[in-house]
Amino acid sequence: MTARVGVVTFPGTLDDRDTQRAVRIAGLEPVPLWHRDKDLKQVDAVVLPGGFSYGDYLRAGAISRFSPVMETVVEQAKAGLPVLGICNGFQVLTETHLLPGAMLRNNHLHFVCRDQKLRVENAETAWTADYEAGQEISVPLKNIDGRYVADERTLDELEAEGRVAFRYLDGNPNGSLRDIAGITNAAGNVVGLMPHPEHAVEPLVGTGRTDGLGFFTSLLKKLVA
Amino acid sequence: MTLDTVKHANETPDVEQPWAELGLKQDEYERIRAILGRRPTGAELAMYSVMWSEHCSYKSSKVHLRQFGEKAPENDALLVGIGENAGVVDVGQGYAVTFKVESHNHPSYIEPYQGAATGVGGIVRDILAMGARPVAVMDPLRFGAADHPDTKRVLPGVVAGIGGYGNCLGLPNIGGEVVFDPCYQGNPLVNALCIGVMKHEDIHLAKASGAGNKVVLYGARTGGDGIGGVSVLASETFDDSKPTKRPAVQVGDPFQEKLLIECTLELFREGLVEGIQDLGGAGLSCATSELASAGSGGMRVDLDRVHLRDATLSPEEILMSESQERMCAVVEPSKIDRFLEICEKWDVIATVIGEVTDGERLEIFWHGEQIVDVPPRTVAHEGPVYERPYARPEWQDALQADDANALPRPQTPEELREQVLKVISSPNQASKSWITDQYDRFVQGNTVLAQPEDSGMIRIDEETGLGVAVATDGNGRYAKLDPYAGAQLALAESYRNVAATGARPLAISNCLNFGSPEDPAVMWQFAEATRGLADGCLALGTPVTGGNVSLYNQTGETAIHPTPVVAVLGVIDDVNRRTPMAFREEGQLLYLLGDTREELGGSAWSQVIHDHLGGLPPAVDLDREKLLAEILIAASRDGMIDAAHDLSDGGLVQALTESCLRGGKGARIVVPDGLDPFVFLFSESAGRAVVSVPRSEELRFTDMCGARGLPATRIGVVDGEALEIQGQFGLSLAELRAAHEATIPSLVG
Repeated sequence: MTARVGVVTFPGTLDDRDTQRAVRIAGLEPVPLWHRDKDLKQVDAVVLPGGFSYGDYLRAGAISRFSPVMETVVEQAKAGLPVLGICNGFQVLTETHLLPGAMLRNNHLHFVCRDQKLRVENAETAWTADYEAGQEISVPLKNIDGRYVADERTLDELEAEGRVAFRYLDGNPNGSLRDIAGITNAAGNVVGLMPHPEHAVEPLVGTGRTDGLGFFTSLLKKLVA
Repeated sequence: MTLDTVKHANETPDVEQPWAELGLKQDEYERIRAILGRRPTGAELAMYSVMWSEHCSYKSSKVHLRQFGEKAPENDALLVGIGENAGVVDVGQGYAVTFKVESHNHPSYIEPYQGAATGVGGIVRDILAMGARPVAVMDPLRFGAADHPDTKRVLPGVVAGIGGYGNCLGLPNIGGEVVFDPCYQGNPLVNALCIGVMKHEDIHLAKASGAGNKVVLYGARTGGDGIGGVSVLASETFDDSKPTKRPAVQVGDPFQEKLLIECTLELFREGLVEGIQDLGGAGLSCATSELASAGSGGMRVDLDRVHLRDATLSPEEILMSESQERMCAVVEPSKIDRFLEICEKWDVIATVIGEVTDGERLEIFWHGEQIVDVPPRTVAHEGPVYERPYARPEWQDALQADDANALPRPQTPEELREQVLKVISSPNQASKSWITDQYDRFVQGNTVLAQPEDSGMIRIDEETGLGVAVATDGNGRYAKLDPYAGAQLALAESYRNVAATGARPLAISNCLNFGSPEDPAVMWQFAEATRGLADGCLALGTPVTGGNVSLYNQTGETAIHPTPVVAVLGVIDDVNRRTPMAFREEGQLLYLLGDTREELGGSAWSQVIHDHLGGLPPAVDLDREKLLAEILIAASRDGMIDAAHDLSDGGLVQALTESCLRGGKGARIVVPDGLDPFVFLFSESAGRAVVSVPRSEELRFTDMCGARGLPATRIGVVDGEALEIQGQFGLSLAELRAAHEATIPSLVG
């Protein structure tokens, strides 16, 4: 008995197959989900992968939030379904208001692709339970609209409630406020981050690290427990 | 305005036609009249003008390119050769790989972002049209002087265009080159390469056969962009006196292309495609005439069915438009419903615009009236062929006599140290990570190696670890000194780069960037370079699978350096065995493989220190390259080396700098007896590599080199926090890093 993890493909999604692979490597069963389909096929969790859904037209994630699949994802996330938004998926989560804040263009205005060091600030969410609080990990970062912003009150609230899940270390790559790389909702089932854990699950490819595998094994731990 | 139908053309034989404005020569226009037995209609003239352009017809280069076929080495790996959208190579385990490099030089100078972006888009569709899933891209780039103000306009635009388009397609960018030279100031070279993977049985070809089969145009709507791109833009020299040609540059939409890729792959998976062609240069003119020409019958097209972005376009403009993100497929009538259903699933517009006929003509109609009636082969394949005159330029002897080995050299260790810093921090030798960090190299999750490694490597089978490696190289300075040797040196370097990562070179693609073919000196460079490349491929056993010729790369009367860019594809049975370039383990022994001679002609040192180009390029020894490659591959397979780095421009000191910085480890180097330290560090002798050998493997490795007759000289050890050339100087890693990495951001950042 293993957990079934839905991986959504929007038009313009790029990292869906990589995410399916990461789910598989972690010992879970990937289930492809299509943006036009409201049916989540009874999955135990959902990942919104990276890419440029709908070409990032209008604003990254702005059109995807209206897709049929997101109606169900939002509904079930509110009921506790674990949801992880990576990069473009994080942008979609902020557009649906499952997570607060927004992503703006990187402060240096360039696309940046690099191995990024992070600190896991909250190791109690559905997607971080396999890490230690304070643990430092490295996973690839690759985006042009990665600068996390929110108003001061929201930021203070996130900090006070321990909802900053990941922070950039060794240099802020895009001007994100308070070095925020990822956040969680209050319940800890919805997590979004800009860096790409699904690209750090095998020792041979990508950066050669497996620091990202913990996201997916965390889920197993939570679901089976 | 009356529609210029075939009937109308017959009735009005003496109408003046704008053949010259469309880039045709008088005799070419006469030939079209002779083929048709009447004057062409406006639509026919449009088709012939784009298809007979230099860019599409290869009319000046064809006679020389034939050698690639005539001198092709025996090679069982080649499944599809020259002539299709891209060549296909068997890489084993039932997989086939297709790859190709193409130019988008002129558009990228006029409008850097869109020019470069659509260059990526075009080559990706070429690969897709073969039936393959695109898995990676690379971009060999050449710009004017790094500190020239216009380079600050062109380079960031080109890089953003490549990133903006490629990143959005989900294709890892795993390699390429960035070279600066004043000769590219008014004519940068933006070449784009794509690699695709498929199973043998999935190979698709561009042909229309089976009378009654439907012709479907799908993808983006057709607009007024890029009209005449190939004839007006790619086939003429830039000249300040004419109006700017920006309207001839196409505008890309990578989101549409991503949908087109996924949609097309699903169409292939369900077996719905009989024949397929992408729409690139020359748009529908090219797609319809090439499909019909390669098939068994004729084709009828109703042009008014084409979905338009701009309803006012004339039929001539629709035929010439180079709007991006379009494909043309031939589909059996019974499969058309499912075909259209899949297009709808991906939100891709698809229209049946015609069908295959049992006739022999390509016939095009506009609201029921016939505007084209031509034998398709005369448009697509039987264009003019020129035997352009060529002659060795009279300045060649003087250039070669101006020996770089005679230039003043550093006299003291301090001077040598200073010159090392100057060379490794010069724009050509400096780290290009400011550029390559703007490309996604991780997407798809199969990137084993990416820039700055010697070759980019992609895993193609997760179970077995089968992978492919590709490197691109070219050195215009060498080719200027001797085009024959220069082309072979580009081939040799690319071949060596693939082998250095542990992959076995299989086949090549090329992009031949030269000046105007109407200049006999340029034509001589072209003839020499193609001859050199064909001879080199024969010697190395790597056939040419296809490629691209880009001529008219010059500003006024001044041509660019002849710049043949060669891409070598290699295969590795298990990517776990790949060899990276980084020195990682302290105490490992460093060996220099090959012979170091006093060869400074065309070198980075001569350029940086003396702003000099003269003498002869390094000697070519292809047997030695083969032997070196065999040793590198065997050592990788059997775990005898932990790092390898090819030696090329900048010589040994460049390679040591890069391998030290990549691994964050220093090296202690001893100058071998009898070798001048300056020559040891800066010579660019070909056929060399530096390798890092674990002590436990030293004997096995040196025995192998000895038995095979490859010179292997122990030059030092991986150690400490500095690159130390004993008895000469030391440079801390921090100093090296500062020198190597600050240059590009400071110039164009």
